[in-house]
Amino acid sequence: MTAALLETHDLAVSIGGKQVVHNLCLTLAPGERLAILGRNGVGKTTLLHTLAGLRAPEAGEIRLAGDRYDTLGPRCAARLRGLLAQHQGDAFDASVLETVLVGRHPHLSRWDWESAADEHMAHAALAAVGLAELAQRSIHTLSGGERQRVALATLLVQQPRVYLLDEPLAHLDLNHQIAVLQLIARRVHEEHAALVMVLHDVNLAAHFSDQALLLQGDGKHELGTSRTVLDAASLTRLYGYPLREMGDEQNRWLAPEIATPALQNRVADNASGSTALRETPM
Amino acid sequence: MKRRRALIVLAMLAVLALLSLLLSLAVGSVALSPGAVLAALFGEAGHGLNAGQVGADSMAREVVLNLRLPRALAAFACGGLLALAGALMQVLLRNPLADPYVLGISGGAAVGALAAMLWGVGMGLGLGAAAFVGAMAAMGLVFGLARGDGSWTQTRLLLTGVIIAAGCGAVVALMLSLAPDRQLRGMLFWLMGDAGEAVAPLSALMILLVGLAVAMYFSRELNLLTRGPLLAATLGVNVTRLRLILYFLASLLTAAAVTNIGSVGFVGLVVPHLVRLLLGNDQRLLLPAATLAGATLLTLADTLARSIIAPQQLPVGVLTALIGVPVFLFLLARSPRGGPT
Repeated sequence: MTAALLETHDLAVSIGGKQVVHNLCLTLAPGERLAILGRNGVGKTTLLHTLAGLRAPEAGEIRLAGDRYDTLGPRCAARLRGLLAQHQGDAFDASVLETVLVGRHPHLSRWDWESAADEHMAHAALAAVGLAELAQRSIHTLSGGERQRVALATLLVQQPRVYLLDEPLAHLDLNHQIAVLQLIARRVHEEHAALVMVLHDVNLAAHFSDQALLLQGDGKHELGTSRTVLDAASLTRLYGYPLREMGDEQNRWLAPEIATPALQNRVADNASGSTALRETPM
Repeated sequence: MKRRRALIVLAMLAVLALLSLLLSLAVGSVALSPGAVLAALFGEAGHGLNAGQVGADSMAREVVLNLRLPRALAAFACGGLLALAGALMQVLLRNPLADPYVLGISGGAAVGALAAMLWGVGMGLGLGAAAFVGAMAAMGLVFGLARGDGSWTQTRLLLTGVIIAAGCGAVVALMLSLAPDRQLRGMLFWLMGDAGEAVAPLSALMILLVGLAVAMYFSRELNLLTRGPLLAATLGVNVTRLRLILYFLASLLTAAAVTNIGSVGFVGLVVPHLVRLLLGNDQRLLLPAATLAGATLLTLADTLARSIIAPQQLPVGVLTALIGVPVFLFLLARSPRGGPT
């Protein structure tokens, strides 16, 4: 049996005095995919950064391929896990190719320049995200969705074993949302990597994840297989908005209820109370 | 390959820098041919055929080695120091409009130097020491205040530096208004920058070489830092440590330059910009290229400053600013994005 790629034991994370999670025990084996869902501001990004070793947990421990971050050191960690951040900082201009090559940093020794093999890899990554034509373009001329895919290509050339994605679908059109998720899922499967992603689309989360973690906002969480955790009742509770399950044995889809005035009143009541939606007959 | 291109560009810039040094040694009240300059630099003393020839040779030697060389080296070293410090500050603050003086180092040095002058310290080593102490005090003050609550954000650092610089400016103005008339001219010249009074050109050159070596050691990590601390940390950079090194390195380079030749403006802002525009934003090329270009520019500016209305001398800082302002405005107007983010 292979060791878990990402493991947390009694992990507690808090930010600004607010508890994000406590007692989180998570195990991601090679090939496994986890989706993190929750309302805005519950600390999904904070948790992801903690899993990436970029901020210290309040309590508990995190093991990346069996090692703790403090024994790994930042450089070894960078070869094992990669993070797709929510925002890209482009204070200075650069070409798309240069931006992708940045991902090779942890694999180069101090005085190395990127080799032809590295450039080849960068071109391949750009082709994988459908941006082969834009290699020489300035990053300041890209659209939001294109910039997001460049960031993904940077992550691909980093070749991590654990992919941590913070809203990978931001700015992407429907076609590219599916394409990006399929690309990542294929990578994770082929390379026996692990994937953690923060998503807001419950259906894509259900389809592209094995486990799901729901952050409730009060420090409580729900963790389990996607099939069991991502159902209408839990998600209705999570978002404070009624969802309905549809479909047949093969596929099931979760859709928000259509907003009638009566429903909006109930949602408003619910949001102010911040409790689960009470079932009322329609 | 990218690396080969970088080496070719740097070799060309190095040749330009050497030519500027040669020119600076040749131009002046006694104009010398390049051959005479080289002979004076490397030739044996008194190998001429007759007494008259020997006399001319030794005079040329005297002029080149004792008068022009220290000054040219000071301008060369400080131009490099300022351009390198400017490029590093721009990375540290992630702001293309940052310059070496933005964090108050030059303000602190000016307070130190002017206070020493008021105290009666003449030109020379004492003045340099006072300026250096002032610069270090400003560096420590900004560092302490910006880290006040343990955080280290570039906005907080920038704001603290700008405020300290403003405070130093007020103290400088106060000292100027209190200073007796006979000291005023010297003070103004110091403030505008003047390579003629450089105290230690060779040590400035050494600091430049060491500083450039340190900066090059971290150059690829600096590339990552320009793309944001989060990405840099994700890719294995110890961001806190790198920023500390960057802050102290840029500050020390600035202090070394300001101590030698005063607050020469615009080299630290315009040269990194110009190089970035021409060669791109890879710090592995940008840092050495900016250093060489800054050294070349200040050497040329200083040569102009002492020869344009000779025997009168202009403060070199005035010339760099006179060249720098229009170049900068031109770049800003040309920039498709209309300026920095």
